[in-house]
Amino acid sequence: MAAAVAANKNKVQHTTTDKIFNFFLYLITGILTVVALYPMYFILIASVSSPSAVAGGEVILLPVGVTLQAYQKLMDYTSIWVGYRNTILYTLAGTAVILAVNLPAAYALSRKDLVGRRLFNLLYVFPMYFGGGLIPTYMVVRDFGLVDNPLVMILPFSVITYYIIVARTFFTNSLPDGIWEAAQIDGCGNMRFFFSFVLPLSKAIIAVIALWAAVGIWNQYMTALIYLRNEDYQPLQIILRAILINNQNMASMTTGAAAAEAQKLAELIKYAVIVVSSLPVMCIYPFVQKYFNQGVMIGAMKG
Amino acid sequence: MGLRRIGNESSTWKKIWRNRSLYVLLVPSLVILFCFTYLPMYGIVIAFKDFAPALGINDSPWAGFKYFEQFFNAYTFKSTILNTLLLSLYSMVVTFPLPIILALLCNQMHAKRFKKFFQVSTYLPHFISTVVMCGMILLFLSPSSGIIPKLASMVGIQMPNLMALPGAFRHVYVWTDVWQHCGWDSIMYIAALSAVDPTLYEAATVDGASQWQKMLKIDIPMLLPTATVLLILRAGSIMSVGFEKVYLLQNNLNLVTSEIISTYVYKMGMISSEYSLSAAIGVFNNVINFVLMMVVNFAANKLSNTSLI
Repeated sequence: MAAAVAANKNKVQHTTTDKIFNFFLYLITGILTVVALYPMYFILIASVSSPSAVAGGEVILLPVGVTLQAYQKLMDYTSIWVGYRNTILYTLAGTAVILAVNLPAAYALSRKDLVGRRLFNLLYVFPMYFGGGLIPTYMVVRDFGLVDNPLVMILPFSVITYYIIVARTFFTNSLPDGIWEAAQIDGCGNMRFFFSFVLPLSKAIIAVIALWAAVGIWNQYMTALIYLRNEDYQPLQIILRAILINNQNMASMTTGAAAAEAQKLAELIKYAVIVVSSLPVMCIYPFVQKYFNQGVMIGAMKG
Repeated sequence: MGLRRIGNESSTWKKIWRNRSLYVLLVPSLVILFCFTYLPMYGIVIAFKDFAPALGINDSPWAGFKYFEQFFNAYTFKSTILNTLLLSLYSMVVTFPLPIILALLCNQMHAKRFKKFFQVSTYLPHFISTVVMCGMILLFLSPSSGIIPKLASMVGIQMPNLMALPGAFRHVYVWTDVWQHCGWDSIMYIAALSAVDPTLYEAATVDGASQWQKMLKIDIPMLLPTATVLLILRAGSIMSVGFEKVYLLQNNLNLVTSEIISTYVYKMGMISSEYSLSAAIGVFNNVINFVLMMVVNFAANKLSNTSLI
């Protein structure tokens, strides 16, 4: 009886410390959520507010003087849409190439009966530790005629060791050994086995790598910066750099008071451009979050 | 029976022949890897030559270590190396432990809906591209119209233009990185924590442990192995801080602290066309990286039997 009371007292005491703990836990995580979301929320409300309200700092929690001016101006800015089109094409083609190149390699490397497996593994992993560097790589790419060629965004850098390692781990761990043996007895060759058994059984990992690759290409800018000069081939990120970082002004013709207004509008267009360029990736993300997390966990298993 | 006999008798060549289509699967990636990764390694020789584009790599005259000496003697040498190291070390010290703390907090949350919401909102910034991220930083910090100086002035703080202050560059770089990637980097730890045997927590509850104690005595020890591996991986890449973000945030006013090896190589090679010098700096950086990786890998092998190769 006495013990029970003591235990009970103990419990009450601990619930109080847990209550304090929980109070701070939810306070901190609450603040962190706001810190994580507010900048993105601010971009969104600023992009639909009136230019002078944004410049004057009136926009803090809600849009002020709602207008779609910035987006309308954006519609006329053709190089953004050219960039958008290019980025979509690069993303689609680049993702396809990455899958086509890395998945077969990962499968072959996952097979224990592959003679020379260690050597091949080394060949793929070594570039993670050592490379030719910028200038030698540039010269080789140029000699292949890929400078100022849209193919440079798709082909030369499509072998990605990390994807190969992740896919290889997946194939090793999730394809039962029995199927290959059974298929072999039925006279199924390696090639057919890969295309009609391995790939259909690996939809999860294909989804993960496709998503990683697509996001990577969508956000890629260094390759274009180094290898592409022609404006018709520039991806969205290079156009964004011109607008956001180099302050390339879209409305510089006017003077006087009109110029000040134009300046404010140019600032506003930056917010709109951020929304337009980031929204697709952000909107897709919550739907595919499951796969992303899965992928990270598969990647974590490699150790 | 028949199958096994063939297996025993076949020589290595026969095994290779039998699996020839596996090699076909390797071919596309090997060709690309050879052309665009291994061929450029040969180009490294231009670091030791007076490279003239008209003569080509082979016919350019040898220069020995001339360009290495030129780099070592340049007045930018010391500051560039120092900037690279400081930025990367600072970044590591800050961005390594924070995801662990985030994962610990996340693991203690029992409100399922809010936990999910918290996770999604902290992951989301990871998907913003580097260019947009840097654009956001410039917009937010802009002294004339930026929201951060505005908010600061509301509480009575007069903010200087951080992008023009060399002393602020590293803080801006690192803490915006925290905002962008901390949530995403915590996934690995959250996954490790979700693998913890629930009976451990139950036993701790029976023993009267508070949530705080459970976090200290169960969660943290459980994360240590994952954390060690990730720390080792990070330590190996100290000399390779990302080029993109630094290059985009650089301006003439903060160049004193923001010039790092990779941006210097880019400017020398692509803008000033100093091919040999740029390649020499690249080689220097590469060699240091490689040695660091080897040391770290060796240490990791000794310490925890986790080899990276």
